[in-house]
Amino acid sequence: MQASRLFFTAGLLAISASLLPGQAFARDYDEVRLAVDVPYEPFEYRTPEGELTGFEIDLGNAVCAELDIQCTWVEQAWDGIIPGLMARKYDAIMSSMAITEERAQQVLFSEPYYTTPSAWITSKGRDIDISDKESLEGLTVGVQRATLQDNYVTDLYGDVLEIRRYASADDVITDMETGRLDLTFMDYPIAEAAIDIDTEESEFKRISDFIKEPEKYFGKGVGVAFRKRDKELAGMFNEALATLKENGTYDEIMKEYFSYDVKL
Amino acid sequence: MEQLSAWFTELLADNSIFTARTLGYYGEGLVTTVQLVFLSLVIGLVIAVPLSIARGSKRKWIKMPIFFYTYVFRGTPLLIQLYIIYYGVVFIEGIQDTWLWVILEEPFYPALIAFTLNTVAYTTEIFHGAIKATSKGEIEAARAYGMSKSLMMRRIILPSAFRRALPAYGNEVIFMLHASAIASVVTIMDLTGAARLVYARFYAPFDAFLFVAALYLCLTFAILYLFRYLERRMLAHLKPQS
Repeated sequence: MQASRLFFTAGLLAISASLLPGQAFARDYDEVRLAVDVPYEPFEYRTPEGELTGFEIDLGNAVCAELDIQCTWVEQAWDGIIPGLMARKYDAIMSSMAITEERAQQVLFSEPYYTTPSAWITSKGRDIDISDKESLEGLTVGVQRATLQDNYVTDLYGDVLEIRRYASADDVITDMETGRLDLTFMDYPIAEAAIDIDTEESEFKRISDFIKEPEKYFGKGVGVAFRKRDKELAGMFNEALATLKENGTYDEIMKEYFSYDVKL
Repeated sequence: MEQLSAWFTELLADNSIFTARTLGYYGEGLVTTVQLVFLSLVIGLVIAVPLSIARGSKRKWIKMPIFFYTYVFRGTPLLIQLYIIYYGVVFIEGIQDTWLWVILEEPFYPALIAFTLNTVAYTTEIFHGAIKATSKGEIEAARAYGMSKSLMMRRIILPSAFRRALPAYGNEVIFMLHASAIASVVTIMDLTGAARLVYARFYAPFDAFLFVAALYLCLTFAILYLFRYLERRMLAHLKPQS
């Protein structure tokens, strides 16, 4: 008799406790399911052994370790990735989703956690100072038409540089190699995939910092997407990401996958 | 004039696309397109006339290479020819150190070369056909006058052949204008290049391309009018007499 009453009270307490917002939070987020569209190297892909890996996978796992919660990865094709979030198939998307206004109307974004940088590149023998704008007078720069790099160069250097716009990045590279262009301003990962930059035998060198700003041209970067109501979860992720960026964990993971700086 | 500019300012006041800056792009594009097409046609015409005469030669070693050339250049897309001349030849070993590089370095000259070679091929065939169609009577009459072959070519065959070729050549000029739209693939800022730039900036394909289509229409109209005038002048003798 006594025992059953005790159980009853405990049960009531447990139920009421679970209704309290603070308690519910801890309970709901013991396990977080993260959606990812695989493969997208080097952000998320499978090793030959079939193990899920990549920059975002490692970063996501580090966030979960920091928050001391259990994370599972759910694979989801890109075109259904936001509907899947709404349908509660998972709790967050961590799959290189660029923050845009259109998407922000549907989902809640964390602070940006990476963006791919752009950079100025020239031939190894050339001595060009990109910060001295007047010295650039008359030089030709190649960009891929209708990219954000095109807009950036057109607006900021259109008065001194002669801008040549190409249909594809390959064409820019070709004319860099043949010497028709003095400079190019490219998305750095694309440039690095096409030519050797700053290595022993390479013919090209980077002559600027990794450029990721201003936001007007380069966008807000990539963020984790949550359901709009899950403000607490987003807050937790933001805090954890900020900690990882500060304590060096982010840099360590970044170095593993990139030769350039994607930190934002 | 003042009224016109006031009207124009008012017309442009409500849009963010057709500003002085973008109209400047279109203006420069118009100049480039006209330059490119006009130069290639003039140079092409100068080369095509002797080639079309030689194309009708009885000697195989003169006739065959020219036929081969027109066959190749009429048988392949202009875009491919432009790619080969702009991107292809730069991979010839050591070309950067020769005088040719001065010409090939800028995108304008490779495009001009490709367009010229292309229009020469078509124009040669048009003129060759017109020369071949010269009526036997005219030639016999010239012979009866004791004209030498070159004199006959100069005084009788070519003038009448040019008249006959005029409508077909007018078409070739218009085709050339439209074909020049591919110049922007080798980074030339022609009319189409300007339209693509405006499209990319404002994500407004309709505005950007309709405007440039209107400009091409104006150019085509000018060409049509010119050829209509020439035909009226030069083919007057073929009109039905009343």
